[in-house]
Amino acid sequence: MKKEQYIMGIETSCDETAVAIIKNGREIIANVVASQIDSHKRFGGVVPEIASRHHVEQLTIVLEEALTKANLEFKDMDAIAVTEGPGLVGALLIGVNAAKALAFAHGIPLVPVHHIAGHIYANRIVAEMKFPLLALVVSGGHTELVYMKEHGHFEVIGETRDDAAGEAYDKVARTLNLPYPGGPHIDKMAQAGEATIPLPRAWLEEDSYDFSFSGLKSAVINTVHNAEQRGEKLIPENLAASFQESVIDVLVTKTLKATREYNVKQVLLAGGVAANKGLRTRLEATFSTEKVELVIPPLYLCTDNAAMIAAAGSIFYDKGQRAKLDLNANPGLDITIHNQ
Amino acid sequence: MKVLAIDTSNYALGIAVIDEEKVIGEYITNVKKNHSIRVMPSIETLLRDCDLTAKDINKIVVAQGPGSYTGVRIGVTIAKTLAWTLNIPLVGVSSLEILAAAVGRYFSGAVSPLFDGRRGQIYTGLYQYKKGKLETVESDQILQSRDWAEQLCSSSEPILFVGNDLPLHQGVIAEIMGEKAQFAEITEQNPRPAELAFLGMDRNGVDIHSFVPNYIRLAEAEAKWIEANKAKNSN
Ligand SMILES: [Zn+2]
Repeated sequence: MKKEQYIMGIETSCDETAVAIIKNGREIIANVVASQIDSHKRFGGVVPEIASRHHVEQLTIVLEEALTKANLEFKDMDAIAVTEGPGLVGALLIGVNAAKALAFAHGIPLVPVHHIAGHIYANRIVAEMKFPLLALVVSGGHTELVYMKEHGHFEVIGETRDDAAGEAYDKVARTLNLPYPGGPHIDKMAQAGEATIPLPRAWLEEDSYDFSFSGLKSAVINTVHNAEQRGEKLIPENLAASFQESVIDVLVTKTLKATREYNVKQVLLAGGVAANKGLRTRLEATFSTEKVELVIPPLYLCTDNAAMIAAAGSIFYDKGQRAKLDLNANPGLDITIHNQ
Repeated sequence: MKVLAIDTSNYALGIAVIDEEKVIGEYITNVKKNHSIRVMPSIETLLRDCDLTAKDINKIVVAQGPGSYTGVRIGVTIAKTLAWTLNIPLVGVSSLEILAAAVGRYFSGAVSPLFDGRRGQIYTGLYQYKKGKLETVESDQILQSRDWAEQLCSSSEPILFVGNDLPLHQGVIAEIMGEKAQFAEITEQNPRPAELAFLGMDRNGVDIHSFVPNYIRLAEAEAKWIEANKAKNSN
């Protein structure tokens, strides 16, 4: 009988210090996340130097909590999977160096993981993957459509040419004087409003799966300024709903089109913006009539966590992917490093 | 007892393994290269060359700062993680104290080790051997090298300056302090990781989880935020 496989995941690419242990690639044994969001709130965004400082304060605490929860030791681990990039370089460095120290101390293999591959593999914790599949990745730093023909193979068929969707949310939230992080606030306001304000949708070229949200962001800012100058009062709920509808229209329409063209069996939602209720509702409605399975992970697996890194690491470990002790943080890492 | 010492607080990268009465091995480079890539392989190589494994280490001593924020964090992260996972004591030592320990031993006055802190500033402190033990006369701080030199002019004895960044500040210091300032030789400017190991060997281990670098300075965003809030509250 095959022995159980245990992978420890470590994730420090932005403002969450996270450690998890996953059994056989899919089962969460421990999943600990120390969020720094309260510390960064006062600055209206993540401050890289402060994020790095918090990771140093938190990492061994989070490691210990994960092992205690799992009731396991390092000798039980088959590998340590760590986020190599992309992300904030100073933040990534903490996870990478801690992972290397652990791998060295216990003679455990080290597996480097691309952060977005992690977000996509968060889905495997809730549903087994069926290939070919399409993943819609939406987060503060990413808006991508990723095609996978098999495990561990990634092809980016569309990506943002300027702002990520999450970035646009944060900037619009600032315009509406909402606190950081803006995404959840806009989502909530949008539920209470109506999309009555005409805003552009950036479809780009006919055959392109790329995205662009900076034009939309500017349109929102102009709308607010123009209303101010004319002394008109905008209903913020309606503005939020109009903005959100524009974002969701583009995301869902492009995802649906790619689903049909690539004839995929599954559509996965990934990344922090997957927490957006408006986006979830629309995707569910749209795909309810399609012959494709839609998977949307629960909230705690959409935001940054280490269970997703361990889940992805499990596949890369089986494929023989390893890092040596000279592994470095790579803020510009390309997801295709995993393709073999 | 075997002690592993790690110093990555500036360009110099230093790793040492010592026994109670012997420096078993030392690895030092002074090149502008990425510490993140090189620290773990350096530790691996040094231990292997000394016929040791991670499990043979009984204590970890790390340079706690000041220095480059990122550099100090890399060393501290590795030291914390190793000490925690090997379940051995961790000790932090001032990165400046390491420099003073080596050159001050045969010098009767006080030693001012320094690192460049940009915009005319230096990280420095004042250390002196008293009855064979290195003591802190002025704790680590950051200030203009000019102000520091003026402050030290009142000293009755000469002061010995040491550090790889001396060329950036030696002119100003010599101009203000004249004969009272002495400068260490090139071969003594690199911090010796073996000194770090011996400085930490007899000190008590700290609480590993709460151990953090000594940055001296707040993060810029934090300092500005505190400043802005002060202004707000006084209005
Ligand atoms: Zn993420």
